[in-house]
Amino acid sequence: MSKQIIVPFGPQHPVLPEPIHLDLVLEDERVVEAIPSIGYVHRGLEKLVEKRDFKDYVFISERICGICSFIHGATYCQGVEQIMEIEIPRRAEFLRAIWSEFSRLHSHLLWLGCFADGMGYENLFMTCWKVREKILDVLERTTGGRVIQGVNRVGGVSRDMDADELKRIEYEIPGLRADFTELTRIFDEDLTVQTRTKGIGMLSKDKAWDLGAVGPVIRGSGHAVDVRSTGYGAYDELDFKPVVRNEADCYARCMVRAEELFTSLDLIENAIDRIPAGEICASVKGNPSGEYYARAEQPRGEVIHYVKANGKKNLQRHRVRTPTLANVPALVHMLAGCELADVPVIVLTIDPCIGCMER
Amino acid sequence: MKQPDQTIETIAVLDLIHRVHAFHDDGYRLVQISCAAGGEGFEITYSFDTDLILRHIRVCATHEDPIPSISRIYSGSFVYENEIADLFGIHFTGIAIDYKGTFIRTSVLHPFGNPQIPVVKKKPEEQHE
Repeated sequence: MSKQIIVPFGPQHPVLPEPIHLDLVLEDERVVEAIPSIGYVHRGLEKLVEKRDFKDYVFISERICGICSFIHGATYCQGVEQIMEIEIPRRAEFLRAIWSEFSRLHSHLLWLGCFADGMGYENLFMTCWKVREKILDVLERTTGGRVIQGVNRVGGVSRDMDADELKRIEYEIPGLRADFTELTRIFDEDLTVQTRTKGIGMLSKDKAWDLGAVGPVIRGSGHAVDVRSTGYGAYDELDFKPVVRNEADCYARCMVRAEELFTSLDLIENAIDRIPAGEICASVKGNPSGEYYARAEQPRGEVIHYVKANGKKNLQRHRVRTPTLANVPALVHMLAGCELADVPVIVLTIDPCIGCMER
Repeated sequence: MKQPDQTIETIAVLDLIHRVHAFHDDGYRLVQISCAAGGEGFEITYSFDTDLILRHIRVCATHEDPIPSISRIYSGSFVYENEIADLFGIHFTGIAIDYKGTFIRTSVLHPFGNPQIPVVKKKPEEQHE
């Protein structure tokens, strides 16, 4: 047996946009064990819920993450609306679904770009981010914000999209689909991508389930686990089918995200066709009392917002179980036995969002 | 669309391992473990899922009485248990990977386990002391 050494990976590393530390126990070039360590950006946002009005707190919940911010805000609202028994207008649910899917698109394109960059594929990185700008333009045009939208309210949303805007989005979708087809083709066929991803970072179907993985990580291992299948919000009226791959490696997780770009476009088209006319926000009276575990599908997987209230304007507890935290045990498992050079690629395939994870 | 109602079953700490074993044997996925102040101490809730239906069980906890870790059954639970230990100061016994209070670095010890966090005001030049 070779001598074991420990190589620190992170908290500052070119592939990590946010800080996480891994102690990699190596034998020669092979990783024997990986021990994660977090806590560099813990902000205690959940504690703030005790000091802020539950309606104002929507804006704080959106700031948990700088990428999937919209879905954090929407899921928090979903939880509060549930305990207050507020029936939100159907149009608001459709608008939330449209913006959620645009959020997913920009997150997946951001990730595909970072993933390409992690493999040293600079111009693919730039192409992904160039296409992502088109998504951010839609978000900015319709909400006023590129990454923090600020349109969720307890009871609905604060901004509507008129018929012209919906037509304009519909008109732009074929162009986006063409862009995605070209990007997906590169990730699917390029030799560099295949060499760096196929058969690497294996996570078997049973192990993914056992370790409680979520999102593209568990779907890349053959499980059709996607909270949108429960039909929350407007998803009960949209034709949704989760993307599942069975290869259980880095390639599978990458292709789940690439194929989900098309699913999101289909859902947006569906939602535009079926969005009903009407109000966008219900009136909210009184304060919440009770508790609820609201869940939604973020770009990185299932997110849970637990809200607990006792009839006062401040909630007693808000707890967010983010997808990255749920995927850490799966990451530790995938890293054991891999080559040191593959560590950045494997780490990226869980799409780690550390700010989100630590809140 | 109205979401399904949720029921949370409160059980004794002594029954925890047995019940979690039963969930595991029935093919449930561990979704999350959360902690909140409740009653005289804290409430720890374990959520499981199969076919996208959530089920929750809850145990009552205090700073004094340790809770048995379920990481021998669901190895992924170590992240939730370490998080609760660091933020609330609740002790878990037998965690598969026990960080012993260093999983989440906080400037205040067990910030969620105390009703009031003392506000520490420092001048800019004292920030790094």
